[in-house]
Amino acid sequence: MRIPPSAAIGLIITITYFLAAILADWLAPYDYFEIVGEVWEPSSSQFLLGTDSIGRDLLSRMIYGGRITIFVATAATILAFVTGALLGFTAAVAGGWVDQVLSRMVDLIMSIPALIFALVVLSVMPVTMPVLILVMGLIESTRVFRLSRAVAADIVVMDYVEAARLRGEGSVYVIFREILPNSLSPLVAEAGLRFIFMVLFISTLSFLGLGVQPPLADWGGIVKENKEGIVYGIPAALYPAVAIATLAISVNLVADWILNRTSSLKGGRG
Amino acid sequence: MHPIVKYVAQRILLGLVLLFAASIMIFAGTQILPGDVAQSILGQSATEQALANLRAELGLNEPLVTRYLDWLTAALHGDLGTALTNGQDIATSMGQRLGNTLFLAGWAALIAVPLAILLGLIAVRYAGKWPDKLISAVTLTTVSIPEFLLGYIVMFYFAVQWRLFPSVSTVYEGMPFLDKLNAIALPVMVLVMVVLGHMMRMTRAAILNVMQSAYIETAELKGLRPFTIIRKHAMPNAIAPIVNVVMLNLAYLVVGVVVVEVVFVYPGMGQYLVDHVAKRDVPVVQACGLVFAAVYIGLNMLADVIAILANPRLRHPK
Repeated sequence: MRIPPSAAIGLIITITYFLAAILADWLAPYDYFEIVGEVWEPSSSQFLLGTDSIGRDLLSRMIYGGRITIFVATAATILAFVTGALLGFTAAVAGGWVDQVLSRMVDLIMSIPALIFALVVLSVMPVTMPVLILVMGLIESTRVFRLSRAVAADIVVMDYVEAARLRGEGSVYVIFREILPNSLSPLVAEAGLRFIFMVLFISTLSFLGLGVQPPLADWGGIVKENKEGIVYGIPAALYPAVAIATLAISVNLVADWILNRTSSLKGGRG
Repeated sequence: MHPIVKYVAQRILLGLVLLFAASIMIFAGTQILPGDVAQSILGQSATEQALANLRAELGLNEPLVTRYLDWLTAALHGDLGTALTNGQDIATSMGQRLGNTLFLAGWAALIAVPLAILLGLIAVRYAGKWPDKLISAVTLTTVSIPEFLLGYIVMFYFAVQWRLFPSVSTVYEGMPFLDKLNAIALPVMVLVMVVLGHMMRMTRAAILNVMQSAYIETAELKGLRPFTIIRKHAMPNAIAPIVNVVMLNLAYLVVGVVVVEVVFVYPGMGQYLVDHVAKRDVPVVQACGLVFAAVYIGLNMLADVIAILANPRLRHPK
């Protein structure tokens, strides 16, 4: 298997970010909350990225913040996939009114922009991490539903599914043993794209002050904490934003490669 | 009846049904969910009496359907209620802000749409060569970057380092037009970058798709110049998909505007919504959600209607 250079770079950067998130306790030079210097010190050998708006080491904040961003985005992506794929497969297998009801519900939710809908819901819910994961995951599950229903609809009409049905297998067997293994590759590529979207989503919410709440801060939150510095020419707010962008681009490159690989294997439609 | 009238009418009706259902969703989203509005406004330490008073004042004791119908009828008459936090009429405070937001989004669209189509044409003309690859790489990058990063990068260079434009977009009523343009220069720049990539990529895909048709080959064999082929033969057939792309991106602009307004402290709808979500001012949030949903659904509907109108098979039925 040959990995094109763009995908290799993407893979390396993605793995680096994930490792940094997992190994945060060993990597971060200072404590998450510890005030170690003056406000907005420039980068030095002591503080590689300088200090933040109240004098905490920015690099340590970034490493721990990345852990929160990646954790929330991963959890929400998994939730979106489990709900979306399960409902999408069910709609395709069951057909008829089950399909109609689910599909129209999804159409409806998708008719409101995701960010606006999340803001509306978060105005009455307590903004805690489980609530954020739940809201983001369920809103995004509609996009997964669309894809998995479309993929499953192509598989349901295959002979081997018919054979399984004639053997007397139930819908649960068909979904997990016939459809799931055969739709895995497009779903994996989609998972990459959804993950990026979740990273941008949680960062945006935190940036707006409606995501991860202080004293914790994810990358979007760190941007918010340091945004006043921009006007004085202090780039502290740009570092976490660059981290978000590079993570998003790297995962995108990997997902693109997976998508190309699977679609060329299967002749066009993946 | 001409079939095209039927299709358009159907699509408009569907849009209205969708908007109606969306209003139910927005209302339900703030009312059925386990969170208690009165509790979240007053906080955990509120007394039972204070909670009961507030619930009565908000009409929370009425049945859900009655409350929804009251809210919807009032909204249809232009009465969006009053804000909990300052008691002001929502429709009045919103009018000015909606105007500001449309002004911002309108200028962004005015610049982004022709630019995206031009870049798309250039990318097709040089498909697979370096201008195409360069445009693709740049747009892929701008698509992956969060709006607020673009906002702060632009602010960092254009406002702080080079001092070309103000870093905060203050606009007020009666402000001279040119000052207004100067004030919104940076947010417009960010919004253009946000939608440009996507719009250009989809334009490129739409035209490339047409370029593979037999009549384009004929035109090539006639010896027409590449740009003439694109302009006279490919463009008319690519208009429907391109218009669709433009509309979808304008709808996306509606969401992008929320973040960009917060970055540049621009007094528009997005800022208004975000402020009041933080203050848990439910009536304002509902009203804003409804307006955003209406614009979004409206633009999507318009995209479909234009696609129907642009389809010659429907225009000239046999």
